[in-house]
Amino acid sequence: MRAYVVLALAGFRRYSTYRRAMVAGMATNVAFGLLRLAVLMAAVGQGDIAGYDVAAAATYVWLGQGLMAVVVLWGDGQLAERVRSGDVVVDLYRPWHLQMALFAEDVGRAGFAVLVRFGPPVVFGALFFPFRWPSVGVLPVFAVSVGLALAVSFGMRFLLNATTFWLLDNRGVQALYTALTWLLCGLAVPLAFFPDWALPIVWSTPFAAMLQAPVDVFLERGSPWPFLSRQAFWAAVVLALGHLVLNRAVRKVVVQGG
Amino acid sequence: MAEGVYLKLVGARLRGQMSYRTSFALQCVAQAINQLAELAIILVLFNRVSALGGFSVAEVVLMYAIAGTAFGIADMVAGQLDELPTYIRTGTFDVLLLRPLGTLAQMMASDLHLRKVGRIVAGVGSMVYALSHNDIQWSGWAVWLVVAAPVSGAVIFSSIWVAANAVCFWVVDGQELANTVTYGSNAFTSYPATVYGPWLRRFFAFVVPGAFVAYYPSLALLGRADPLGGPGFLGWVSPVVAVVAAVVAGVVWRTAVRHYRGTGS
Repeated sequence: MRAYVVLALAGFRRYSTYRRAMVAGMATNVAFGLLRLAVLMAAVGQGDIAGYDVAAAATYVWLGQGLMAVVVLWGDGQLAERVRSGDVVVDLYRPWHLQMALFAEDVGRAGFAVLVRFGPPVVFGALFFPFRWPSVGVLPVFAVSVGLALAVSFGMRFLLNATTFWLLDNRGVQALYTALTWLLCGLAVPLAFFPDWALPIVWSTPFAAMLQAPVDVFLERGSPWPFLSRQAFWAAVVLALGHLVLNRAVRKVVVQGG
Repeated sequence: MAEGVYLKLVGARLRGQMSYRTSFALQCVAQAINQLAELAIILVLFNRVSALGGFSVAEVVLMYAIAGTAFGIADMVAGQLDELPTYIRTGTFDVLLLRPLGTLAQMMASDLHLRKVGRIVAGVGSMVYALSHNDIQWSGWAVWLVVAAPVSGAVIFSSIWVAANAVCFWVVDGQELANTVTYGSNAFTSYPATVYGPWLRRFFAFVVPGAFVAYYPSLALLGRADPLGGPGFLGWVSPVVAVVAAVVAGVVWRTAVRHYRGTGS
């Protein structure tokens, strides 16, 4: 267990090395937030939509901008690259559970991202735009929801990376995943804006658990428990699947010489 | 003679990209889905409102379609420039300088993103849909606009790509800032300029000539006056803006390359 804590700390430190890239990232993040906000305001400004007024819509945009780098809404190809190059063999014979080790590192990365990626856009939004703060009691629940969102996102990314064991080049799967996430996680437009017939579908995907769920917990759109239980369900499913897939993949790996 | 070399370079790259067939096909599909997801977002919004910035759903889809097609072409040709920081950091750019060919052309030819065809196909498809669902007075001039707008738009986007990424010659971590301008202007141009506040509009419509990609040509096609008070001829000058943008981008690139010093790695 101690090893995983150390790995998480290492993940935190690793990402804190690139400070200038961080500042540039913040500026980009805020610029895209402003663009998204303008479009959403053009709609919500005409009257509330699905319970979103101007303040809720603005809060939604800045939370989304902040969370996307914490949760990571796109594929990451690090493990895939190691599978393609064969370096994964080294990872596999270390005395750890590969999935757990990568998760620990990702938790460290996310912890750092909370400080530099989540904080700035939310503070910016709260200072310059109407903002809907939740009651204090909601904040710990929100933190749990973000943690679960991270678990789901990590689980999905791990599965994506694991496809490389079979496909060798998983960039196609990655691209497909990023396209779907963008539409279905509730980043571009709140899921509640979808037509009524589509709502059960968009809410039933793991993507909704990755971004819209924590945002809705923060905005206090109803009781948080349905959101949390759905997130916990998906986190358990994708992590368990990842474990199974990894076991299958390990049996497939052939070490070619040394 | 040089053209032959570029063709060979591009040919070699295309064969390389096709070697993982499944992955390539999936990437094409993903690009199309990406483009259509943006359309879905517009439709979801219009499911709740009847106008956005004073424009109807068919009108907004027209702007989105022109912008998407133009961006798809630009991304295919110039998208490789996103790799510039890696080229600089690893010293690969020095290799380009040694060859008796233009650095910009080499960068672009080094990896033509054929998968972006998916995005272009989706863009053209949306354009056909939008053109048939808007009340357009068809004439030779209208047809000219339909062809000229995405092509000029592609040149404008490519110029933005070149100029924005040239920043990386000065600031090695400039990639994210460049993204703000390239991908940001794509986000900007997909919606009518009227939805944005004055600051965003000044920057993305005129400093970066994003309004000439889709907004003004669409107004001309639809026969609508500019709600922002711009004169009617603005819809017709996109090709001129494109040429000017290309010249400016070329000058910026040349200046940047002259300034370039290797990172020593």
